Amino acid sequence: MAPTPPRDEHDEYDAYAGLVEAGEETRWAFGSGFDDPLAGVDVSVPPGADGPALAAYCLMLGDDALVLAQRLAQWCTRAPELEEEVALANIGLDLVGQTRLLYARAAAADPSVVPTLPPGSPAPPEDRLAFFRGPEEYRCVWLVEQPNGDFAATVVRLVVFAAWRLTLLGRLRTSRDPVLAAVSAKGVKEVRYHRDYAARWLLTLAGGTVESRRRTEAALESLWPCVEELGRTDDVSERLVADGVAADPAAAFEDTSAFLHRLLEEGGLRVPTGSPEPAPGTPGGRLGVHSPWLGSLLEEMQGIARAHPAGRW
Amino acid sequence: MSEVDPVWPPYEVFVRSKRGLNHVHVGSIHAADPDMALRHARDVYTRRNEGVSIWVVRSADITASSPDEKDAFFAPSGDKIYRHPTFYDVEDVPHM
Repeated sequence: MAPTPPRDEHDEYDAYAGLVEAGEETRWAFGSGFDDPLAGVDVSVPPGADGPALAAYCLMLGDDALVLAQRLAQWCTRAPELEEEVALANIGLDLVGQTRLLYARAAAADPSVVPTLPPGSPAPPEDRLAFFRGPEEYRCVWLVEQPNGDFAATVVRLVVFAAWRLTLLGRLRTSRDPVLAAVSAKGVKEVRYHRDYAARWLLTLAGGTVESRRRTEAALESLWPCVEELGRTDDVSERLVADGVAADPAAAFEDTSAFLHRLLEEGGLRVPTGSPEPAPGTPGGRLGVHSPWLGSLLEEMQGIARAHPAGRW
Repeated sequence: MSEVDPVWPPYEVFVRSKRGLNHVHVGSIHAADPDMALRHARDVYTRRNEGVSIWVVRSADITASSPDEKDAFFAPSGDKIYRHPTFYDVEDVPHM
């Protein structure tokens, strides 16, 4: 048997050794001091709030995040640079983290939203919600379903999404539901970085080469029709806004638009036209009506979990 | 819109941990400019909660001692044990 090289507690070739404090957790590579965003938060539904509506609202916010996270994950092995691939994957993982908390909240507020699996399945509620609902049960907006397109399209979609989500989560920090408030307080810091990342790239691409600008303009034109949906309201949101639980979609959209207009102006980009106001009640993602892209995305994301409903991961 | 160099230059990344006093070299990344380098460093090297402060510096801007000079640089200090302050007794004082 070959001798194993001796390993000092402080391996001089280990660049990270100096980053770890004595006695700290080293199992997760080199990080330490993680905290639980829900530590000490009362998870019971606040008095007077409607459990099923709260669950439906958390599913909307969770579905938006999960579907975009899946799109961002599709950049793995395909991004223009290794560093960008890690950046996009990080953003996706932040969104998966938000989804997990929101799904768990939905399941606690109304257990009937969780799909039933064969007895003995170890899948927790958040996994069941992610992997065992069809497109018609998802409530995400069309913006996040759209294919990635090129890097410019990914950047444009991300900046619109992050700007919108930042305005929503910022308001939800004062939600009457303490869990939604805690999840939002954590999410705001993440999404602010996502918006900064995407906004910088948008300006870089807009002011870069003729080709990068052409692609950015094309991406804006093709994604802009999905923007209007972000400002719509729905029955669930309306009821919860009145209860002080949800964020007002119209007010959040106004702030989002203001940010996007300033950003486009800074990049010397024209705000696309041709996004007519939809008639009230136009079906959209919040009502379970989706673009065809969602079906194939979910097929890819859910295939393995569905093939092994009793699987342990 | 001038000519663009399609290859991003490398940057060296230094991270300071939460209670660490000094920045430690952790690796390198590629970026188009220092701002982007800082963000890439954040995404690549601090995603597991390692740090509270990051320095980046263009790899080309680092002047390093060369392996050929190793003897002239470091061998002379190898036998100068008297440079260590160990030849006198220190009274028992706290924090020493």
